[in-house]
Amino acid sequence: MSETPAELKYSKEHEWIREEGNDVVVIGITDHAQEQLGDLVFVELPEMGSALESGAECAVVESVKAASDIYMPLSGEVVAVNETLADTPENINDAPYGDGWIFKIKLSDSSELESLMDADAYNAFVADDS
Amino acid sequence: MGGRMVPFGGWDMPLHYGSQLDEHHYVRRDAGMFDVSHMAVIDLSGENCRVMLQQLLANDVARLKVPGKALYSCMLNEAGGVIDDLIVYLRDGGAYRLVVNAGTAEKDLAWIQPLADTYDVTLTHRSDLAMIAAQGPNARQKCLPLLPASQQQAAEALKLFYADDGEWFIAYTGYTGEPGFEIMLPQEQAVALWQALNEAGIKPCGLGARDTLRLEAGMNLYGQDMDESVSPLEAGLNWTIAWQPESRDFIGRQALESQRERGGLRRFVGIMLTGRGILRSHQKIYMGEELVGETTSGGFAPTLQESVALARVDGNIGECCEVEIRGKRVAAKVVKPPFARNGQRCIK
Repeated sequence: MSETPAELKYSKEHEWIREEGNDVVVIGITDHAQEQLGDLVFVELPEMGSALESGAECAVVESVKAASDIYMPLSGEVVAVNETLADTPENINDAPYGDGWIFKIKLSDSSELESLMDADAYNAFVADDS
Repeated sequence: MGGRMVPFGGWDMPLHYGSQLDEHHYVRRDAGMFDVSHMAVIDLSGENCRVMLQQLLANDVARLKVPGKALYSCMLNEAGGVIDDLIVYLRDGGAYRLVVNAGTAEKDLAWIQPLADTYDVTLTHRSDLAMIAAQGPNARQKCLPLLPASQQQAAEALKLFYADDGEWFIAYTGYTGEPGFEIMLPQEQAVALWQALNEAGIKPCGLGARDTLRLEAGMNLYGQDMDESVSPLEAGLNWTIAWQPESRDFIGRQALESQRERGGLRRFVGIMLTGRGILRSHQKIYMGEELVGETTSGGFAPTLQESVALARVDGNIGECCEVEIRGKRVAAKVVKPPFARNGQRCIK
């Protein structure tokens, strides 16, 4: 059974979002997502400084099985990327909510946070999906 | 065993039991096993088996001089396309055993049956048999004590591409580029053997690792690297065609001969990515602005920690190329497979 920490928010694209304050959020993919993908072997990180709308493709994770796009769960500017993933993409498998974080954005519209799911809603979403 | 199951060739198969990368490494470094009972075993008996197989297969079963010897071959259609690739074993009394792919088994049987009727050869689809492949540098040693006592000595002495045909059919063959056994045994004994092998330290591995292992070993996958529309001459399988004696008129021979005379055949090569990304099947290959081919299988090669592919390309491709990955051109080099075998990388 995959983990879904209660303090995070979740998108339908299987990303988790943690608020860090000052309208900055940290983004990664969920435990469920990494389990579905299998061993990750490559990550293409978002471009620092790029300002993107919610829903835009911004990164790619590739597992032994397949490539998956990462979409912006919210609109904003990319302010940090997890460079260590270039050499150790397996961090996403080992610690999806910790060392496996992918990038941070500065929100352009913090009201968009309302559109995300909480842990219970995400669990229900995953259950419906499978 | 906690396997993640996926449909494959009409069977539910484990993709992996945990980490596909770990499973890959068990096989390259120690010992892993695969349940390959989906593969179809077809036994042939009758006086004319050999003559029939010499017509049916592009490789020549006359090369099988002693019972237990194995031969890899393509079975072609009249146009020279590959209906299937298989292993054929000679058995006692001039009988033969074919091991064919799961997804093609029905088609293969339908193709062989009329010829078998003509030659009065009996075909038996041995769906009563299971098959377990134990592979890796330590696989044979770990297996030996678990084999029937009457076969242990013979199994230990087996050379590559030979089988011991006794209570079980134990072959020194595989699809990983590592030494090991492929064991065919009655289905009802398979679970006990699997559990015993597991206790002996041979780790269960899924289809995912099987695919990366065979890709690294430069072995073709039917349906991906070749199929009925592809000539073995454009799939790196020239070595499996027995052109001599010229009098042997195997199915597809005429087509292959005209292809050879016509020339301009595409080459089947290895590709290694030098830029960043992961190669997959069906990616386009460019030299400058010219489209020169396509990958047929690709992925991350865990032994090399690099991305590799098999590809069909124009005959005049150079050493460097670019592969289009998700809309971007990424630098790559052209190499001769295999990429890794026997625990080590083969490409400098």
